[in-house]
Amino acid sequence: MSQPIQIHPAKGFKERSLAALNDPAQRKNFRGAMDFLQMKRRAQFPDPKDLSSLRDLGEAIRRYSLARLPDLLEQLERNLTANGIQVHWAETPDQANAIALGIARRVDARLIAKGKSMVSEEVGFNHAMEAAGIETLETDMGEYIVQLAGEAPSHIIMPAIHKTKQQIAALFAEKIPGVAYSEDVDTLIQIGRRVLRRKFAAADIGLSGVNFAVAETGTLFLVENEGNGRMCTTVPRVHIAITGIEKVVAKLEHVPPLNSLLPRSATGQPVTTYLNLISSPRKAGELDGPEEVHLILVDNGRTQAYGDLQLRATLQCIRCGACMNHCPVYARIGGPRLRHHLSGPDRRHHLAPPARSRRHLPAVLRLDAVPRLRRRLSGAHPDHRSADPLAQ
Amino acid sequence: MSARERILGRLRAAPAGSPAVLPDLGAWRAMHPPPADAAAAIALFRKNIEAARAEVHDTTAQDWPLLLAKLAAGKGVRTLLFGPNTRHGAQLAAHLNAAGPAAPRLVPYNRPVDKWRDELFDDIDASLTGARGAIADTGSLILWPDASEPRLMSLVPHIHFVLLDAALIHANLLAAITAEHWATGMPTNALVISGPSKTADIQQTLAYGAHGPREVVVLLCNTNGDKP
Ligand code: SF4
Repeated sequence: MSQPIQIHPAKGFKERSLAALNDPAQRKNFRGAMDFLQMKRRAQFPDPKDLSSLRDLGEAIRRYSLARLPDLLEQLERNLTANGIQVHWAETPDQANAIALGIARRVDARLIAKGKSMVSEEVGFNHAMEAAGIETLETDMGEYIVQLAGEAPSHIIMPAIHKTKQQIAALFAEKIPGVAYSEDVDTLIQIGRRVLRRKFAAADIGLSGVNFAVAETGTLFLVENEGNGRMCTTVPRVHIAITGIEKVVAKLEHVPPLNSLLPRSATGQPVTTYLNLISSPRKAGELDGPEEVHLILVDNGRTQAYGDLQLRATLQCIRCGACMNHCPVYARIGGPRLRHHLSGPDRRHHLAPPARSRRHLPAVLRLDAVPRLRRRLSGAHPDHRSADPLAQ
Repeated sequence: MSARERILGRLRAAPAGSPAVLPDLGAWRAMHPPPADAAAAIALFRKNIEAARAEVHDTTAQDWPLLLAKLAAGKGVRTLLFGPNTRHGAQLAAHLNAAGPAAPRLVPYNRPVDKWRDELFDDIDASLTGARGAIADTGSLILWPDASEPRLMSLVPHIHFVLLDAALIHANLLAAITAEHWATGMPTNALVISGPSKTADIQQTLAYGAHGPREVVVLLCNTNGDKP
């Protein structure tokens, strides 16, 4: 229980950073994307008073959830179970993958369609499934592009920002049978839509993450724009959701304030196209939806962070990604060259670089939640309202 | 000991930290006053959902099937998915069957998806569903799919027509959750939909119809207190 907290060294970080710095095309992509996201976020919060009271409320909600974390997890489990959703607990990535594999073997799954899930990246889900002979397919457009190219996502919200439309056009023409080269973005998206529709219909299991898990009702709350998350959670016979134990909130009414912060900070949108609230598998008489729904609750070091009162605050993170969009280091060296599955708030680039090992820090760090860091870094975090200080 | 017991054990053994203080949503509610009246709520809903590129058409409880037929024809809709066991589904069927061969072919969603998945994915141009309500401050539609109007109706077809009673527009999501007592009983799947499916994953260029509908068309009834 009181294992020392381990931070893993970044192997080859310097070499890869230098290579990234010397890639002008990629630097231009990143700079452009970060400027765009910063500008859009700023436009969503015109009144600093509103922003700060919303942030205070968001923080109060997350602190309350964490203060009652073990009770809320038990309540969540009780209500999900009563609703017919099966709850599993995993201390390590291996356990999480073994649980998913057990389900996959039982239903004889060949193909798993995946909605965006950062915890699945954290536990090396695709790798574990593929080692067992089960195909996994990323269905978020950006993630699909990146997987088709055999690369790793370079940004949590925009996984393919390191690629130009010309590169994507060439990739589709090369990898998808019968597709001609086209740089038209609508055409490219329609190609992805066509290919992925066949896969949703064929998949045996849909995998998703969870944005908030509501204890009082036993509800999994997911946000997205594309609809692939809804496909993954509705079309296949089995839905597996995987998430960290810190994602629980006590009440349904705690979700709207958090969900007001999330998309506005993430992409500068007032709301995502879809809020998808799942509370049960298909009921008798219903004509669609999965027959089985599972939730895998992952620890993977989160209880370690919880045990340290300063680090506990890192579990308040709602993974909006705004800190990454404002991070001067990320804007300069971010990208697949860093070979991290998740960057930014997922601690893997500036604070505890890449960890594929079993025990590492939880995947979150809210910079301004740690007073010592706050003093050192004030001005670098978006919540301090100063955009990238090196940019101007 | 199971993984569950060990995880909960570690959490319970952790130092207490600051006490749990129930968040005060009163300030949030005060920051988000409801629109002055029904007309203002309707106007705000319309402005916001149109900004997300949905279409909104004013109509009435009697006239909407006619409007739907006209819009569908204009958009080249050949097949229209509907829920035959809903009141508006029956109204639509009665109208379109009378409209003759020019009208889109109505396809009832009346069997489990497992029996006709390929047809649903390949042959359906559009759908009509009702809405349970709407949200003004984000321009969103609330749907609670059920056995008579299943979940995939608002996801798979390229065009989603939605019938909305203007009296059911809430100020914001929190107001809807509270007023309708969602916490006392959630459906299998509740959806809040703010316009057509979209993505900006290729060079931050916005494209519509990523995986879900390319078009969302709201048929707005009862804007003058004319109940459908
Ligand atoms: S740490 Fe980063 S991702 Fe987490 S809530 Fe703060 S800004 Fe968002």
